[in-house]
Amino acid sequence: MLKPMFRYANPAQFMRLSGALLPWVSLLALIALVTGLVLGFHVPPDYQQGMTVVIMFVHVPAAIVAESAYAAIALASLFSLVWRHPLADTAARAAAPLGAMFTALGLITGSLWGRPMWGAYWVWDARLTSFLLLLFLYLGYIALWNAIEDETRAARAAAILALVGAVNLPIIKFSVDWWNTLHQGESILSGQIAPVFLWPLLIMALGYMLLFAALWMIRIRTEIVNRRARSLMQRGADAAG
Amino acid sequence: MILSLTAEKLACTRGDRRLFADLDFQVGAGEALVIEGANGVGKTSLLRLIAGFLPPAAGRVVIVMSETAISEGEERGRHVGWLGHQDGIKPQLSVGEQLEFFANLYGVRSALNGALERMGLSRQRLLPCRYLSAGQKKRLGLARLMVSKRPLWLLDEPFAALDSAGRFLAAELMQAHCASGGIVVAASHDPFGFKARSLRLGAS
Amino acid sequence: MSGPFASLLMRDLRLAARSGGSAALALAFFALMATLVPLGVGADLRLLARVAAGVLWVGAVLAALLSLDRLFQGDFDDGSLDLIALSPLSLEQVALAKFLAHWLSTGLPLTLLSPVLALLFGLPGNGAVMLVISLLLGTPAVSAIGAIGAGLTLSLKRGGLILPLLILPLLAPVVIFGAGAVSAALNGLANGALGLLGALSLAAGLLSPFVTAACVRLNLAG
Repeated sequence: MLKPMFRYANPAQFMRLSGALLPWVSLLALIALVTGLVLGFHVPPDYQQGMTVVIMFVHVPAAIVAESAYAAIALASLFSLVWRHPLADTAARAAAPLGAMFTALGLITGSLWGRPMWGAYWVWDARLTSFLLLLFLYLGYIALWNAIEDETRAARAAAILALVGAVNLPIIKFSVDWWNTLHQGESILSGQIAPVFLWPLLIMALGYMLLFAALWMIRIRTEIVNRRARSLMQRGADAAG
Repeated sequence: MILSLTAEKLACTRGDRRLFADLDFQVGAGEALVIEGANGVGKTSLLRLIAGFLPPAAGRVVIVMSETAISEGEERGRHVGWLGHQDGIKPQLSVGEQLEFFANLYGVRSALNGALERMGLSRQRLLPCRYLSAGQKKRLGLARLMVSKRPLWLLDEPFAALDSAGRFLAAELMQAHCASGGIVVAASHDPFGFKARSLRLGAS
Repeated sequence: MSGPFASLLMRDLRLAARSGGSAALALAFFALMATLVPLGVGADLRLLARVAAGVLWVGAVLAALLSLDRLFQGDFDDGSLDLIALSPLSLEQVALAKFLAHWLSTGLPLTLLSPVLALLFGLPGNGAVMLVISLLLGTPAVSAIGAIGAGLTLSLKRGGLILPLLILPLLAPVVIFGAGAVSAALNGLANGALGLLGALSLAAGLLSPFVTAACVRLNLAG
């Protein structure tokens, strides 16, 4: 089952495959995002939240992608540690800044969405708080990659950190939920989503996912090209010296 | 005691550099091997590879313990007596405490005082290690080797920082270890002073 | 294996006691933090009593962090770790010994000081008792998770800066349940938090040696 995946482990193969996929993924992402936004603006204004419910279409998908990205990093880290998949490290490292950005986007839009309702730009709601902690997990992961000079060691250490974080993440969310009910009661940002909202939400979520996939592929490709450039320079230096 | 140390098609990579490849050698009980080569060529890496700290990029290291038993994985470190170029000495502990800790850690009951006396450190037994000279620290490391009861000695520049009396002691110690059936593998710029095979790295 | 394990544990405790006492440093930090907070928020004892659990828990966690980056660093830098790795102890046992030594030399002293600081904050008796119990149960988790961070940042020149960033998010549940246990006790509620805290410490204590050993192994190869 793993064999076909390892066929694309070869950077050259990946470049070919991603090169073919990238235009399509980007196009689909664009279509999905535009469609989602248009549908979103045509949604009847919520009696309670007014047109700001539209921000939900920007916030919730960002949240979904932020969490999925961390799961993807954890999965890639597993592949890196256990099966020594050669591209896994690159993929994990490339995904992190993207995940962090989507998390930040989720926090900002969550704040903007909540402002009309709460009267404040921030509340220590369970979801936002967990989300903030997720942002720190991302930042720590990125910082570890940058701090260790030896690439192989950095990759292994980051992989261990990602897995530890992934195991901890459900515990963190559980504890924050528990904390929230202890101090505040009902979570504010949850609630039923009416069907008329559901479609734009799903389409936006899809659009975000595709956007993430496209950006991710671009970053991996960039890293592969950078590696090639570095090894060429190294060989040039060795030959000259 | 062990029968031999064997390296088969050993390769080592540090970062992006390939240090050596296709290295084969065997050292039997009672033999000594000196690893020679310029600085940075991989002598320390080879020692760390043999000890099991570093996984080889290719090939394997095998410690043959008897006709039927070999030790190959990380646990082969249990057979190693190590003297690296770092001293492994805590400044806050006294000489005696340092050696005692080591003996307890390695689970050996040894005549610690005898070892200290042999290395000329018995007067420093209560002295905190921060006051030791570089040569004295090296002797403490050698005393450690003496009490460790480990068959395979891996030493990284054993004669460095020692005066001529110290070097004589060290050579004597290594020779005695070989004579009692142990194996000595050392990276050294200086000659051993007794019969040892030589392995040169970086020749190709 | 009690001989080698015990000797490593004793050595680490002895080193902690001799090198300017990491216990003293952690206690001083804890006490200073507890002093600065009232300076920041005012002397109203009712307010201080309400925030006591959280403030003291956060203070304890931060104080315990102070000595974490040196958990393996010293031995790594002077070559002792090589010798320890070649001993009959497995790296997992080494990690366990180190984390226990850390807890005994920081977490436990902090726990013992906490009732005094609880007094400074006007925390009622039942709250103070629960604070001590929660710290006793929870500080092992801090040492255990901290040890993983120490393993990850080993060999970094200024690893001390990045270590808090790595492990503080992971310690959020410990702070939540620890302080939550005190709140529950103050309000006379059933204390589910304590059980959760204990479970967390147990899990962390059991798993951390394996993860920490993996990190140490990684750095020994470097």
